[in-house]
Amino acid sequence: MAGRPQTLADKVWESHLVRSAEGEPDLLFIDLHLIHEVTSPQAFDGLRLAGRGVRRPDLTVATADHNVPTTDVDKPIADPISRRQLEVLTANCAEFGIVCYPMGNANQGIVHIIGPELGLSQPGMTIVCGDSHTSTHGALGALAFGIGTSEVEHVLATQTLPQIRPATMAVTVDGALPAGVTAKDIVLAVIGRIGTGGGMGHVIEYRGSAIRALSMEGRMTVCNMSIEGGARAGMVAPDDTTFAYLEGREHAPKGKAWEEALDNWRSLPTDPGASFDKEVGLEAATLTPHVTWGTNPAQVVSIDSSVPDPDSFAEPAEREAAARALVYMGIDAGTPIREIPVDTVFIGSCTNSRIEDLRAAAAVLRGQRVRPGLRALVVPGSHRVKAQAEAEGLDGVFRAAGFEWREPGCSMCLAMNPDKLSPGERCASTSNRNFEGRQGRGGRTHLVSPAVAAATAVLGRFGSPEELVR
Amino acid sequence: MKPVRIVSGTALPLDRSDVDTDQIIPSDWLKRVERTGFGAGLFGEWRDDRDFVLNKDEYVGATILVAGPNFGTGSSREHAVWALLDYGFEAVISTRFGDIFANNCTKQGLLPVRVSPEVARSLLDAVVADPKLEITVDVERGTVEAPAVGIEGTFPLDEFTRTRLLNGWDDIGLTLRHEDRITAYEATRPAWRPSAAL
Repeated sequence: MAGRPQTLADKVWESHLVRSAEGEPDLLFIDLHLIHEVTSPQAFDGLRLAGRGVRRPDLTVATADHNVPTTDVDKPIADPISRRQLEVLTANCAEFGIVCYPMGNANQGIVHIIGPELGLSQPGMTIVCGDSHTSTHGALGALAFGIGTSEVEHVLATQTLPQIRPATMAVTVDGALPAGVTAKDIVLAVIGRIGTGGGMGHVIEYRGSAIRALSMEGRMTVCNMSIEGGARAGMVAPDDTTFAYLEGREHAPKGKAWEEALDNWRSLPTDPGASFDKEVGLEAATLTPHVTWGTNPAQVVSIDSSVPDPDSFAEPAEREAAARALVYMGIDAGTPIREIPVDTVFIGSCTNSRIEDLRAAAAVLRGQRVRPGLRALVVPGSHRVKAQAEAEGLDGVFRAAGFEWREPGCSMCLAMNPDKLSPGERCASTSNRNFEGRQGRGGRTHLVSPAVAAATAVLGRFGSPEELVR
Repeated sequence: MKPVRIVSGTALPLDRSDVDTDQIIPSDWLKRVERTGFGAGLFGEWRDDRDFVLNKDEYVGATILVAGPNFGTGSSREHAVWALLDYGFEAVISTRFGDIFANNCTKQGLLPVRVSPEVARSLLDAVVADPKLEITVDVERGTVEAPAVGIEGTFPLDEFTRTRLLNGWDDIGLTLRHEDRITAYEATRPAWRPSAAL
């Protein structure tokens, strides 16, 4: 290996090779396996059926997030099927000796929020979870990707995964972001550029001065949505921002171990001269707040522009997809984005429910009121985020503005709990998917940053913070 | 998983791009803790439309789904694969698949058949023109054919996955043959790597 310049992804991959054989996928060791209630029950059943155990319960951690209600959490869950799924998670974890943070636990939250928050997600690790937004943890310099339930069972049984080595893709964002433009806008612009399939078969490494300048929360937002561009994993090289974020966290190394870890982590960034299979570049200074107009995250434009005409797309498949999306979304081509009225604003999800997201939204809302008739809710990503926000008085800001302040969970990102859109209801959402029916059957989702979501709640139509009268 | 050698039968055309796994199996269905019975939820929301292709009599009994580009994007839910299999599909043809979805397919014996845009287009058109058209997907040869209309295509499959599909091998069993290597690797892991234990 000496001599050949390597990428960050190469280094993590090679340091986790359990076995490599010609004509077979590499067998990778998995450092951390995150579990939640939705994609794990059938995997545990599989283990029982085959008489297998969990190889490394100490490298496995579970939490309840997808199904949990965000109100009345002290009462039994009304939906019996959701309740059963949560009970099954707790029972499975107890049976196999896995640490579980169920509803009500101080460490409970969205699985991709709690991993970094507890210091469990660290540079150079391999991290998997039966959830496509596992790419979030790549913000710390880990190789983190989503898996299906068969693979969940495989990791439970063996703590490894057979994987074909993905190609590498560099997404370089250089320069300074204009005021009001955030990590969410970077990643929406990237997806708009590469399309929903652009990253398929690739691990993305986000690079450049604009990425370096992002906080850890911002980097997590960017890596989180890699899968929306087709890439199973997104990564950012660890640096002082990463180390400062990790130091002192519960599961981070301490003392001499911290020094050893730092030595290792500092060797991880991509070597000068290493090559990527694909490269994409964006100028941060040219970016603007972005809003999706269609039913996939690549159907996105600047907040300053209008809903595109399907005929403006060259590819027939894209043209048809655009035309179908406009019908579903109930909007006309040519409508300025800022003139589209919304019914609901949702601030939350593994993309944008960290403390910094809540601070950004609260800063916009201070002294403002949500437009009458508009429904607005904030769902913090975890109990820790919620407690921190309350300590900073952000809950008071949200409440005074007319937002509902909820308990942590995935909530309206995917409508597996009671937080749903009604048919035709239009939502400005800080989540990651504007798919048909994602937030409730017939619901219409537009993806935005927390700052745009907050301004939109006040204006009653898409808008940015500078439009608000102070 | 059952061995899969050849899938032969009629096909159902789903001429849409970017069919994400939320469409294949809506999230309401994800609350179930069982692995069976998901066929009833396949394309759950679209099926409410009587004109949706799944509701057309001429495509009843199809075992192959021919879709537009970027099939199975989005969520990692393996429930999408379970739903397609439970409904009766044994192969899905597209020009491109979501990575996680394609992976999930081969774990369960549903064939992700990635063909060129030309082959995908001609298959879609041919199946619309003749719902009874017979299509054959051959795992060993990596081919897809509709002899009646002269369509022939190939699809990629790594040799390991091909062998696994042909033999119906269980991935976990294969990996556990190398348990000594896993143990040896574990002995080399740095002590400062985190543990989730309390």
